[in-house]
Amino acid sequence: MNTIALKMLLGDRAKYLGILMGLTFASLLITQQLSIFVGLLTRTYGFVTDAGLADIWVMDPKVQFIDDLKPLQETQLLRVRGVDGVQWAVPLYKGLLKARQADGSFQTVNLIGLDDTTLIGGPPEMVAGQLADLRRSDGVIVDVVGAADKLARHNPDGSHVPLQIGDVLELNDHRAVVVGLCRVSRTFQSQPVVYTTYSRATTFAPRERKRLSFVLVKAKPGVDVHALSATIRRTTGLAAYTRDGFADMTVQYFLKNTGIPINFGIAVTLGFIVGTAIAGQTFYNFTLDNLRHFGALKAMGTSTGTLLRMILLQAALVGSTGYGLGVGLASLFGYLLRNSELAFRMPWQLLVLSAGAVTLICMGSALLSMHKVMRLEPAIVFKG
Amino acid sequence: MPTRDGLAVQCAALVKSYGAGDSAVMALRGVDLEVRTGELLMLVGPSGCGKTTLISVIAGILDQDAGECLVFTQDFQRMSQHAKTRYRGQTIGFVFQAFNLIPALTAVENVAVPLLINGRNRRVAQARASAMLAQVGLGNRLQALPSQLSGGQQQRVAVARALVHEPRLIVCDEPTSALDAETGQRVMDLLRSVALSQERALVIVTHDAHIFHFADRIAHMNDGRIEQIVHTPETH
Repeated sequence: MNTIALKMLLGDRAKYLGILMGLTFASLLITQQLSIFVGLLTRTYGFVTDAGLADIWVMDPKVQFIDDLKPLQETQLLRVRGVDGVQWAVPLYKGLLKARQADGSFQTVNLIGLDDTTLIGGPPEMVAGQLADLRRSDGVIVDVVGAADKLARHNPDGSHVPLQIGDVLELNDHRAVVVGLCRVSRTFQSQPVVYTTYSRATTFAPRERKRLSFVLVKAKPGVDVHALSATIRRTTGLAAYTRDGFADMTVQYFLKNTGIPINFGIAVTLGFIVGTAIAGQTFYNFTLDNLRHFGALKAMGTSTGTLLRMILLQAALVGSTGYGLGVGLASLFGYLLRNSELAFRMPWQLLVLSAGAVTLICMGSALLSMHKVMRLEPAIVFKG
Repeated sequence: MPTRDGLAVQCAALVKSYGAGDSAVMALRGVDLEVRTGELLMLVGPSGCGKTTLISVIAGILDQDAGECLVFTQDFQRMSQHAKTRYRGQTIGFVFQAFNLIPALTAVENVAVPLLINGRNRRVAQARASAMLAQVGLGNRLQALPSQLSGGQQQRVAVARALVHEPRLIVCDEPTSALDAETGQRVMDLLRSVALSQERALVIVTHDAHIFHFADRIAHMNDGRIEQIVHTPETH
C-alpha cells in the first residue's frame, strides 16, 4: 500500500510540484533567514572568539556587551593578577579612533591594543607579515577586508588601491605604519580592525584617566574557570565572564535591545505561514481530489489506519524532499555569497529547527487530510 | 463456501434514513431481499428509490437503522469496524459506475490492489492480476494507465479488480452507465461469463434497460421498497 500511496502522490505531477514548491520555499526562507540571523549574532561577539587564548574577560561591572566600553584604571590589572588561580592576566585596549588616510579622507577604525610583551588577544590569522612585527616602530596590523575596502587609497580615476605593508596611516595625529595584514571575524559594525600594542594604542587614543578596556585572564591548569570568574568578581568588584559567557551576554544584549530578532522573526514567521498556506492547501486539495480513490480503497477493505499511514507517508515524502531542496538552496545561497558582506552561518541546530518547522507544516497539512479521510464514508464511491 | 441453503444475501425489514427530524429522508422502508449464490440479481428503479443505499448496506459500507442483513450468514452490524473492513475486503468485489481506477497506477497495479489490501505479497499479487487481466481480454494492456484505456477497457479493468481476490459477492453500481450500448453489452457478457459461478452471487444496480436480459431476477424498487421481483427468461 505504501507504493500505491507514493504513486498516487507522484502521479499527480502538477499537485506534487505545487506541494514541493511550497515546502521548498518555506524551508529555504526559514533556513536562509535564520542563517543570516545567526550570522549577524555571531558577528556581535566575533572579537571575543578571536582572542582565543584567554579563559576569562574582566571588565567594568556596567559593561553590557563587547562594544560597550567602560575603561578601568590600569591598577586593576595588578589586582586581577593577584587573584589566586590566575595563571596570567594581560591588558587589552579597545576603542574607536579616526584614521586619516593618505588621500586625506577619514575612516573610523576599531583600534585594538595588545599586551606589549605577549601580544595575547591578537588576530586569529595573519595574511601578510607576522604578529611580532607589531614591535617595530609605529607598527599596526590591519584586517585584510578593511585594507582592501574602507582603508583603501582612492585614486582620482576612481580606482582603489588596497592598503599594503609599508603604507602609513595617521591615527589621531600619530603616525602608524602597516606591518601586517590579518583576517578577523567580521564584526557587527563592520569597521576596519587595527591591531597594535597596548602602550602604542593608549598613545594613539585621546588622553583619558582610565584606558584599560579589558583584562584577559588565563586560569591555572586544573582551576575551574567559572569558579575563578566568581573569585575575581568577589575579590576585585569587577565583572568577570568566561569567554562563552561574555559572548552569550553580548548576544543577549543585541537580542533584547535591537530590532534584529523581531525583523528576522517576522521573515521566518512569514516563511512558515506562506509555506503552510501553499503546501498545506495544495496537500489538502490533493487529498480532496483523491477522496474518491481513498473511498474506493476503504470500500475494498483498506482500514482507516492504513489510509492514514498512506497520507503520512505522502506527507513525509514531500516534507523531506522539500526540506532537502530548501536547505540545499539556502546553503548554495550562503556559499555563493561567502565573500560578501552577508552574515551567514548555518549550525546544525538551525537545520534541526527548520526541519522541525517543515515537519510542523507537513503534519498540519496531513492532519487536515487525515481528518477528512477518517470521516470519509466509503459509500461516496457509489455516488456517480 | 456456499451457505447450506445457497443464500448469499438475506435482508429482512431493512430500514435506513438520512438526516433527522423534519428533514429526515427515508431511503429504505422495510426491504426484504434474498440473493442466491450462482445468481445475478439486478436492482432497478427510478433515481432516489434507494437502490444505492441498499447495495451500500449489503456491502457493509453503510449501517442500517433497523432490520437485518446477512452476507453469507455474517451480520456486519455484529462486527467490529476492523472485522467489518476485513470481511468486506475478502468477501466482496466492487464495480463502480465511475470505474474508480487510481489514475497513477497501471492496469495491472490497479487490479492487484484488492490482493495487496488482503496482505498478499506484491509479486504474487501482480502475477494474479496479470492473469485476471488476460481473462478479461486485456492481457496486452497490463502496463497501460487508465487514461490510456477506453471506457470499456477501464470497466474491464474494474471487473478484473473486482474478481481478482475471488470474492463471493460482487456488487456493481451502474456498471454500464458510462459506456455505449455495445460496450455495455460486452461488459455484461464478461460479468456473466467470468464473474458468475455457483459459489458467487452478483448484485447489480442499473437503469440500463438494455442489460436487463442478463439478470436472473430483477428487483424493482420504488420509494424505499421492493415492489416486485421478476424472474427473467433465460436469454443469456
